[in-house]
Amino acid sequence: MRVPIGWLAEHVDLPAGTTVEELDAAFVRLGLEVEEVHRAPVTTGPLVVGRVLEIEELTGFKKPIRYCQVDVGESEPRGIVCGARNFAVGDLVVAALPGAVLPGDFAIAARKTYDHVSDGMICSVRELGIGEDHAGILVLGRDGFEPGTPAAGLLGLDDVVIELNVTPDRGYCLAMRGIAREIGTGLAVDWRDAGAVTPPAWSGDPAWKVELADPARCDRFSMVAMEGLDPTAPSPWWMRRRLAQCGIRSISLAVDVTNYVMLELGQPMHAFDRDTVRGPIVVRRARAGERLTTLDGADRALDADDLLITDDSGPIGLAGVMGGASTEIGDRTTSVLLEAAHWEPTGIARTVRRHKLPSEAAKRFERGTDPEVTVVALARAAALLAEHGGARVVGSPVDPDTRGPRPVIPLDAGRPARIAGVDYPTSQVIEALTAVGAGVDADGDQLQVTPPSWRPDLTDPADLVEEVVRLAGYDDIPSVLPNVPPGRGLTERQRRRRSIGRALAEAGYVEAPSYPFVGEAALDALGLPEDDVRRQVVVVRNPLSEEEPALRTTLLPGLLATLARNLSRGQRDVAVFEHGSVFPGDRRTPAPVPGVDRRPDDETLAALLGAVPAQPWHVAVALTGHREPRGWWGPGRPAGWADAVQAARVVAATAGVELTVRAGELAPWHPGRCAELVVGEQVVGHAGELHPRVCAALELPARTCAMELDVDAFPAAAVPVGPHVSTFPPVLVDLALVVPDEVPAAEVEAALRDGAGELLEQLRLFDLYTGAPVPAGSRSLAYALTLRAPERTLTGEEANAARDAAIATATERTGAVLRG
Amino acid sequence: MSGANDPYDPKQVAALSAETLDAAVQAATEDFAAAGDLAALAAVRPAHLGDRAPVLLARRELGALPPAARSDAGKRVNAARVAVTDAYAARLAVLEAERDERVLAEERVDVTLPWDRAPRGARHPLTTLTDRIADVFVGMGYEVAEGPELEAEWLNFDALNISTDHPARSMMDTFFVAPEDSGLVLRTHTSPVQARTMLERQPPIYVIAPGRVYRTDELDATHTPVFHQVEGLAVDRGLTMAHLRGTLDHLARQLFGADAVTRWRPSYFPFTEPSAEFDVWFPEHRDGPRWVEWGGCGMVNPRVLTACGIDPETHTGFAFGCGIERALQFRHEVGDMRDIVEGDIRFTTAFGVEQ
Repeated sequence: MRVPIGWLAEHVDLPAGTTVEELDAAFVRLGLEVEEVHRAPVTTGPLVVGRVLEIEELTGFKKPIRYCQVDVGESEPRGIVCGARNFAVGDLVVAALPGAVLPGDFAIAARKTYDHVSDGMICSVRELGIGEDHAGILVLGRDGFEPGTPAAGLLGLDDVVIELNVTPDRGYCLAMRGIAREIGTGLAVDWRDAGAVTPPAWSGDPAWKVELADPARCDRFSMVAMEGLDPTAPSPWWMRRRLAQCGIRSISLAVDVTNYVMLELGQPMHAFDRDTVRGPIVVRRARAGERLTTLDGADRALDADDLLITDDSGPIGLAGVMGGASTEIGDRTTSVLLEAAHWEPTGIARTVRRHKLPSEAAKRFERGTDPEVTVVALARAAALLAEHGGARVVGSPVDPDTRGPRPVIPLDAGRPARIAGVDYPTSQVIEALTAVGAGVDADGDQLQVTPPSWRPDLTDPADLVEEVVRLAGYDDIPSVLPNVPPGRGLTERQRRRRSIGRALAEAGYVEAPSYPFVGEAALDALGLPEDDVRRQVVVVRNPLSEEEPALRTTLLPGLLATLARNLSRGQRDVAVFEHGSVFPGDRRTPAPVPGVDRRPDDETLAALLGAVPAQPWHVAVALTGHREPRGWWGPGRPAGWADAVQAARVVAATAGVELTVRAGELAPWHPGRCAELVVGEQVVGHAGELHPRVCAALELPARTCAMELDVDAFPAAAVPVGPHVSTFPPVLVDLALVVPDEVPAAEVEAALRDGAGELLEQLRLFDLYTGAPVPAGSRSLAYALTLRAPERTLTGEEANAARDAAIATATERTGAVLRG
Repeated sequence: MSGANDPYDPKQVAALSAETLDAAVQAATEDFAAAGDLAALAAVRPAHLGDRAPVLLARRELGALPPAARSDAGKRVNAARVAVTDAYAARLAVLEAERDERVLAEERVDVTLPWDRAPRGARHPLTTLTDRIADVFVGMGYEVAEGPELEAEWLNFDALNISTDHPARSMMDTFFVAPEDSGLVLRTHTSPVQARTMLERQPPIYVIAPGRVYRTDELDATHTPVFHQVEGLAVDRGLTMAHLRGTLDHLARQLFGADAVTRWRPSYFPFTEPSAEFDVWFPEHRDGPRWVEWGGCGMVNPRVLTACGIDPETHTGFAFGCGIERALQFRHEVGDMRDIVEGDIRFTTAFGVEQ
């Protein structure tokens, strides 16, 4: 809502010298967020009202030009050349005289043009910097001002507009009336309620026949008929100016008046061309197959939930949202039906959404308008149309009204104090509620509060509490820490997630969270087979990009895209990780939508929670380039499949679970360089080098590597048992085994461990060798064993026995042969 | 030294003779002196001070002497051993001094050479800042609550007093999930965690719920469709807006320094009543100390308590939520939202693992 301060000042006695900053602060204190302060661009020098005395049409130029004699309040008129044609002799215009500087550093001087000396300029709205209109010059009308009057003040060139962001509960602040109440109360100054006006006592037959067929959706519908409207009468300058200040385009007098009254009173209105309305008006819901061409020219199929204004011809308006084309006011309309109604807000909201027709009127109706003010608004509009368009009211208004009594809210006067933690005396509570416009009946501390008709948001005691606290000022609330009972700290799961992130970061990976949106193309690029479970996605109905309508089932698309983005920005060696939720798309039953008047029963709640798919927490890494850079120490080490697998080991170790690595095969990995990662009996992820086709499809360097793990599939970490630390000397044994290529090192290691038994303290593979003299098809694995007994010095015989047993088990299980 | 009157023991060994011992000392002293560096000295040491060195062998022979002769010989052997040890120590000191003087100087390296063989990674600042905020509350006794990003519409809206046709619902710019009757949305705020928590446990409740949320905004310098919030919820007997303010002030001080406080502006959220938006006084702002808009807060709407099975007559609650991206932007002077979301490692690496 844009609030021109000049307009506001007509409703509120702003103290002299009130600054824009003070108003800004007052609005903010009252809960009306100031979004922007608009100031018109500066004009300096002589800018005056002029009256056009003579017009000489100049010919022989490329376009028609006028040479005008303009009375600017001086002894002689000035001659001014003008290219516009939208004015006539006798019109009042705005003239910038030599010496004036218009916005945009546009200096006005007397100069010769079109064979005449132009002694100034007649200005358009755009030239004055107060609007976009440049179709013609600004005509102020034919009277009301004396030529020579300085124009800047009367044009409101210095008028500041404060743009407020009004929250959806406070529809009444989408009008000067509500703003005036707020700022008048907030500044504790006198103000006038534009809605508290008694309409004139019209007499005669009711303006029209009206039937309300759906009182739940429309409980008041007021209408007045007018005749004798001059369809060519322009809107007065000040009205157009204010509409422009509020961001509303001027259309015609009738339309401008309805918009102006809406801005003033908050009551949106509609004007029908009376001569086109056929028979009685019925307000009802749409019937099957009905259509309506709305003012914007769109032919709309109507929904059975749409509320309509109809006549004998069918629908003539989408209630509260947009009028129909068949009854639109035109440039020959002389008789009108003015409508001001009260609609049920949520129905309006549905129609707006359904037809994608947001409008200034609907915005107010959706938030709830004041049903008391319909006839006041009609009277205000009628008066404006009479004054500026020569129209007169015929007959009496029609005003079907089915409203029930307004509900009363009981309020314990101590409640605001209990909620705010500030001691408000009962008198202050009553005073605040009265200032809001509520009726208050007090019986000691028990209050019966009738909220004002323009505040449909005030339904509960809590709403009244807010009004009291708000008007008393939030700044009064002290700062006190509550006594929080002891908590249990982070859960194991939460600690685990943090530790994993930290461990990967310390291991050289940079965290890169990405958007979870994916598309078919990304899954295709990963080479996922048609039946891959990761292709079962959750689809977003209104995605930002049609290319990425689904939610990720794997972290890899986002992470690999991040990798590619870094490479495209000139990085060579990149190692990134992400951890976060993935969204498996298995079929679910729809989530129920229980009521909110109580806790859902256990069964409904279980169904509700069960309808939300599990969203497992994954961690993934991707890396390319050098894992260790080249340096003065020597060449670098390229990132490889083993780094990806090691990242999984780091994660598992951090999580306190034992990870088994074995050969696997899964897209998008290289079939010969893919590790299957197993915890317990469950496959929890994969790691290795990406398939060359995947690297090509994603334009990643060859041999890019990745790992992904489902951390939520990990079991809880066992509580570690402190090992006995022997202080006796170790026996160190190295041995090399020749093993067939197809035997995984992990199996050899497991056999050695099992064979060596309890004396084995540590075992490490320290070398891997192929080539002569190791026969082709085999490789040599060299291990370093640390043997140690817990409570004695190990003898040579014992050490040899353990070593031999280790070798024997390895030989038995894997065909390993001790290398001589 | 044997005198002529001493009783002669035939078993007396030549090793104990004064001459032999003198010779051993002499030889050791010469060898030590001849050793040109510490390695050479270490090489000759066993011959003169090792287990088989003459002065140590001589000592073993002492036991064979008659008691009368033992004392005298013992003194001789000891003197010889001390002489050898001293000679060694003296030479060692000389050679060490020499090494310190020359060799260590020659072994000088350039310690400014880099050794970034194992590059360090980083955690994303959104993560570390989230953790930091959570820790402030865990320190107060709060627990960290969680909820899914793909959430039941009822929990995201209805339970929070945002009915189907409420204007606030369409203002939330929600991502809806297929099929139309799925009843699921990408949560538009972390507030459904409030509802989940209240449905799950009984008061007193003190939880903090950080997480990722979604709105249908295009990415630009100030907006992102996927962003992070942290939500706080307390439900207990006798909680007031003063407690809410105390809590937010505490958070502000922990994150933005001892002088930070909050300022409230009345606002509207369907799930709180009264509601406020809060600004934080940020003394370290790059453009000078100022108020910075940070989040929303209020007293839990009794309707929400009711929908979640908590009696609003016996319990009150407060809730607040704030944007992590926003805090990151002003706490760390990040001008462009895109730097936060694009995963450029140059951006993230600047924050390290814990900042």
